[in-house]
Amino acid sequence: MIEKFDPLKGKMLRILGPDGRCDEKLKPDLSDDTVQTLYRHMVFIRQADQRALSLQRQGRMGTYAPVQGQEAAQVGSAYALGENDWIFPSFRETGACYMRGVPLRDIYLYWMGDERGQRVPEDVHVFPASIPVGSHPLHAVGAAWAAKLQVQGICTLVYFGDGGTSEGDFHEAMNFAGVFQTPTIFFCQNNQYAISVPRKIQTAAKTLAQKAIAYGFGGVQVDGNDLFAVYAATKDAREKAVSGGGPTMIEAVTYRFGPHTTADDPAKYRSDEELEEWRPLDPLLRLQKYLQGKKLWSEDWEAQIKDEAEKSITQAVQEAEGIPEPQPEEFFHYAFAEMTPNLKEQMNDFLAFLKEKGE
Amino acid sequence: MAKRNMVEAINRGLMEEMERDPSVMVLGEDVGKEGGVFRVTDGLQSKFGPQRVVDTPLAESGIIGVALGLAVNGFKPVAELQFMGFLPPALDQIISHISRIRNRSRGRYACPMVVRMPYGGGIHAPEHHSESIEAVLAHIPGIKVVIPSTPHDAKGLIVSAIRDPDPVLFCEPKRVYRAIKEEVPDGEYTVPIGEAKVVREGDDITVISWGSMVREALHAAEMVKEEGVNAEVIDLRTVSPLDDETIVTSVRKTGRTVIVHEAVKTCGLGAEIIARINEKAILSLEAPVERVTGFDTVFPLYKLEHHYLPSPERILRGIRKVMAF
Repeated sequence: MIEKFDPLKGKMLRILGPDGRCDEKLKPDLSDDTVQTLYRHMVFIRQADQRALSLQRQGRMGTYAPVQGQEAAQVGSAYALGENDWIFPSFRETGACYMRGVPLRDIYLYWMGDERGQRVPEDVHVFPASIPVGSHPLHAVGAAWAAKLQVQGICTLVYFGDGGTSEGDFHEAMNFAGVFQTPTIFFCQNNQYAISVPRKIQTAAKTLAQKAIAYGFGGVQVDGNDLFAVYAATKDAREKAVSGGGPTMIEAVTYRFGPHTTADDPAKYRSDEELEEWRPLDPLLRLQKYLQGKKLWSEDWEAQIKDEAEKSITQAVQEAEGIPEPQPEEFFHYAFAEMTPNLKEQMNDFLAFLKEKGE
Repeated sequence: MAKRNMVEAINRGLMEEMERDPSVMVLGEDVGKEGGVFRVTDGLQSKFGPQRVVDTPLAESGIIGVALGLAVNGFKPVAELQFMGFLPPALDQIISHISRIRNRSRGRYACPMVVRMPYGGGIHAPEHHSESIEAVLAHIPGIKVVIPSTPHDAKGLIVSAIRDPDPVLFCEPKRVYRAIKEEVPDGEYTVPIGEAKVVREGDDITVISWGSMVREALHAAEMVKEEGVNAEVIDLRTVSPLDDETIVTSVRKTGRTVIVHEAVKTCGLGAEIIARINEKAILSLEAPVERVTGFDTVFPLYKLEHHYLPSPERILRGIRKVMAF
């Protein structure tokens, strides 16, 4: 299906319009129940994200990269994957990580300055967040290549942003994926800004999706605030990947409503008018309108799911804050499988210092 | 004279140099409209225009590689890397080309450019935002590595870096950025590259440091004073080339030395400084030189960073150990 939407011809896949009306011909096969559940996840992620911002403001969390506005892009893509597929997130993937089974407690723990939040449960295939922009698509290609060689029947999906497409490693990853026909989905959330730098400064190309063409595989631009379009495109790309068809790049056109991180002020680099233009395209609003049209939404239900979300988020915060502080020497233990003699000496000297101090 | 913090001092230095020399150009991610994530380039784009203060694509290797081209063809680029933790993609350009152009062309071409980058820990930042890999940089021939520790020196050194005929990596201790204010004169002055400074005089022991660790060393020096030990503290200010003379003169006087850096211990600059002391002043030593440093591990996230960074207490312990030898 996605090959019908050629980015070079200015085509972008959109199924659910901003008014909540849906193109029934293109609508993916999702039951009403499922759509309601996905909406609930999106509501949950938005609230979890807002809670993180307030924790940061209260000094209970460090710098945090908010996800508001990108819920459909993350929920739709993460939900379209198979159980054993891997995701390779960057640092703004609270939604996708949560959808793939990372407990919210752990996501919070990580942003509270604790590496233990990045040790995912054994049955979860989510790689730790990669902060150096555009560096990790290569890892997703390598893991997909390994999956192909071992006939695992899975794919990998890597999340990155518009800024990431400017990095050399991104291009090397695309090239390797094309050459070795790896089952990789390059999922770009084009949220229009790399901190303050607008998308037009990242590339002179009209779309990011078209970059795939130069590497010998398909790219598609989708409305990233349209849950159905994101889901449909990712599902298509996944089927192609696991059936030996090679990689796909998906550019989800979206918008970051919040700052890059809690450390910057977007008012410095973008206008209120622009923000207001995007407001009506809010992915939650759109899906809510759709559900209303189908009589699958009520104010009571909305209040109920928000209340449930709040309770579960509060519990995650309590759990994250309730985890005892790491041992001071904790970081010595993950340099190697077996600590080297010199490192052991450094650690013992450090412990002796703490003892002298009475800690 | 105006009191300024380090961010304002560097900003002032950049502005004055851009006024003086139209070939000076600032480029990097978010340096223009945003004025840099730490505001070091704040106001420069509105003053000098988007041709001279340029927001670039997000590509460290790209920024540094094109800066080489700009430098060999008439400009003085001052490129910003957002954090030292994001320097690695650009290391290829620095190691493979920028450091070698003078040699490769037998002096026909040179690469006068500055790469600015915030570095070091202590600000509760995410991964890759706290590293200090200045020793990796000092290991590259043909590159100068400057690390100011005060606003006054930062302005004088950025001016010297811009005027230097060779590439200068300018590492800014972000923990100091807004921590102190001091008199920073308007108008022209320079602090020479390659000159360390004795920031506290003493006869009993030499404490050598740079960047954000200078303040910790001074703090430890005050603590040990109560024990009757008068420590001399040296701020290297430039870590490549090292100012051997200032180091050796002090060590000959005190006979005892502690080196403090927040970077990883193994193959850190402390090791090189010890080698220089051995070469030039070993007979003056009355005790083995002690290193108080970060550990040979990844810099931890912020719950544990205070354990990783040398504290005045850890430095004090190092001083006592050397004094007791």
